[in-house]
Amino acid sequence: MSDFAVEMRDVTKAFGDVIAVDHVTMAIKHKEFFAMLGPSGCGKTTSLRMIAGFEQPTGGEIAIDGKNAGNTPPFQRDVNTVFQSYALFPHMTVAQNVAFGLEMKGTPKTDVVRRVSEALDLVRLPQLANRYPKQMSGGQQQRVALARALVNRPKVLLLDEPLGALDAKLRKEMQVELKTLQREVGITFIFVTHDQEEALTMSDRIAVFNRGQVLQAGTPLEIYERPNCRFVADFIGETNFLDGKVTDVSGDFATIDVGGRPFTGRVNGDIHAGVDATLSVRPEKMQLAEKQPSGPNTYEVLVNSIGYVGSDTRIIVALGPRQLDVWEQNSHSTLDPNYFFRPGEKAWLTFSRDNALVLSN
Amino acid sequence: MAIQPWLQISYGADGSSYTKPYMIQTIRERKGLQLFGLMLPGGFWLIAFFLLPLAMIAFISVFRDGQFTLDGYQQSFEDVYITLFQRSIWISFVTTVAALLISYPVAVLMARLPKEWRNPAVFLVMIPFWTNFLVRTYALQFLMRNQGPINSLLLSLGLIQEPLTMLNTYGAVLVGLIYGNLPFMILPLYSSLEKFDWTMIEAANDLGANTARAFLRVMLPLTAPGVLAGSILTFVPSIGTYVTAELMGGGQASMIGRAIAGKFEQGADWTFGSAMSLLLMVIVTAFALIYFRVGRGERVAL
Repeated sequence: MSDFAVEMRDVTKAFGDVIAVDHVTMAIKHKEFFAMLGPSGCGKTTSLRMIAGFEQPTGGEIAIDGKNAGNTPPFQRDVNTVFQSYALFPHMTVAQNVAFGLEMKGTPKTDVVRRVSEALDLVRLPQLANRYPKQMSGGQQQRVALARALVNRPKVLLLDEPLGALDAKLRKEMQVELKTLQREVGITFIFVTHDQEEALTMSDRIAVFNRGQVLQAGTPLEIYERPNCRFVADFIGETNFLDGKVTDVSGDFATIDVGGRPFTGRVNGDIHAGVDATLSVRPEKMQLAEKQPSGPNTYEVLVNSIGYVGSDTRIIVALGPRQLDVWEQNSHSTLDPNYFFRPGEKAWLTFSRDNALVLSN
Repeated sequence: MAIQPWLQISYGADGSSYTKPYMIQTIRERKGLQLFGLMLPGGFWLIAFFLLPLAMIAFISVFRDGQFTLDGYQQSFEDVYITLFQRSIWISFVTTVAALLISYPVAVLMARLPKEWRNPAVFLVMIPFWTNFLVRTYALQFLMRNQGPINSLLLSLGLIQEPLTMLNTYGAVLVGLIYGNLPFMILPLYSSLEKFDWTMIEAANDLGANTARAFLRVMLPLTAPGVLAGSILTFVPSIGTYVTAELMGGGQASMIGRAIAGKFEQGADWTFGSAMSLLLMVIVTAFALIYFRVGRGERVAL
């Protein structure tokens, strides 16, 4: 067994003039729940298809369990895919669908029956073995697709936007189920999604794609708290951006001048004095106070609007010409008449320099 | 509330009543005289031009010189004619299989074209279809003559020393039938394939099926309605072919269609001819019934 379940080694894929995947290098560990995240057309699906064998890289190579996959066709790879549309065979029953992969391998009949039954138990659909796909709901069809792929005990399971076709409630349920399933089965899951919340909830590690490149790969915490560029900071969660010029760098921190006001934050990227950079700070990391607190990153602001979302309050403030989002958790009762700031009032905005990042542009 | 004369009262699924304009009531809602009136034009055509002639033929087939006789049917079972029936069925079968083998890849190609090229492709397939069938068959005959373009080309290229005799053989009839039936095979196949979800093939590949197995286990079963429709549309008319057999086969390739026609021409034996016609119809109907049984309700719009 090699170090990694799947590796992409400097992989490029071009469709004519369009470069869908641009020199991507990535290593996915065994038993990892790995997400490939990004907007439409960023190359994540193409990468997944190359791992499955439906497309061939135009440059670089893909290794599965240490071995270069070369131009091995999909039917010879120890990898199975759950398609976005499920692609269940409509002319076969659920049991026949699930048995298909085993039949292709020539598994003896008795084993087939047993393993199909195990797979259906795994996805909790044992009673629907003799139904046809069109007689089932979307959620059930997805489970059949999962069973059909997992029954073959592949080394890696690939999932292409698995939760896209489900309604919000079912999606939340399936997020938990997929995670549990992956732990039970104990293999590597690689899934593609454009929903960053999904990626953050389910994955062990995420690779953020944009325009064919992997911008950052790391754990959900790393990606969220330490985005390495503006795109990642913007794509994942919400953030405030303040553009300015770097005036000073000392150790892990840099000071950036934003319209005459200095801010300090952690350095992430190629930052030295004199360059243009962006300060990124997430709304929940900021606080509003009535009295001026001490410390850096403290400025008086004007409250523009209050948004009450039940569990949080979302406040928009103005700092000079810029608007910033501030989110505060309603940890005390909001029925207190003095709880909320009122639009038009002045307040003091502050945040720790640990919670801000100075990113290169 | 007075109901306007052009409105009728209808009842919804829950028993509530509502009014509908007269004209858009369904067939089932019409009663008695209305139903009869609507069916009159179509019914008249069917009776006058199908049922009546059929009845006449059935009648003629059992009467000779004013006497009731089953001779016509007896004669049909003579060796010569049995062979003719068998040969005709066999040629139709070969035609169907050959047309299928040619048309399937063509239909796949058409179905995989970018959307804007598909209708033009269908159009191209249908153009010969709009040309008179006789004219097309004559054109084919012209091509295959001893002095025709094909032989001339082969001779001038030095590939043959003497012209190939292509016409007046069963082979020529086959070519004529295959060519004539191609649109009937391509279009139903294309119709099935156009709806085909190609992700199925990827899924089959992903699960361990190579191209051949993916085709046999997934693609073929899912396009079966098109295959069956095209096959029946090719097979059934080909059995009774007359024009193609005549033009391409001359006197050398006798098939049942020609034999039947002959009985209605000089040396007429209408009794015999009618008997053979009915027998042919029974055979053809049998095959059509098989199609409907196998089709199992999955019809392709023809």
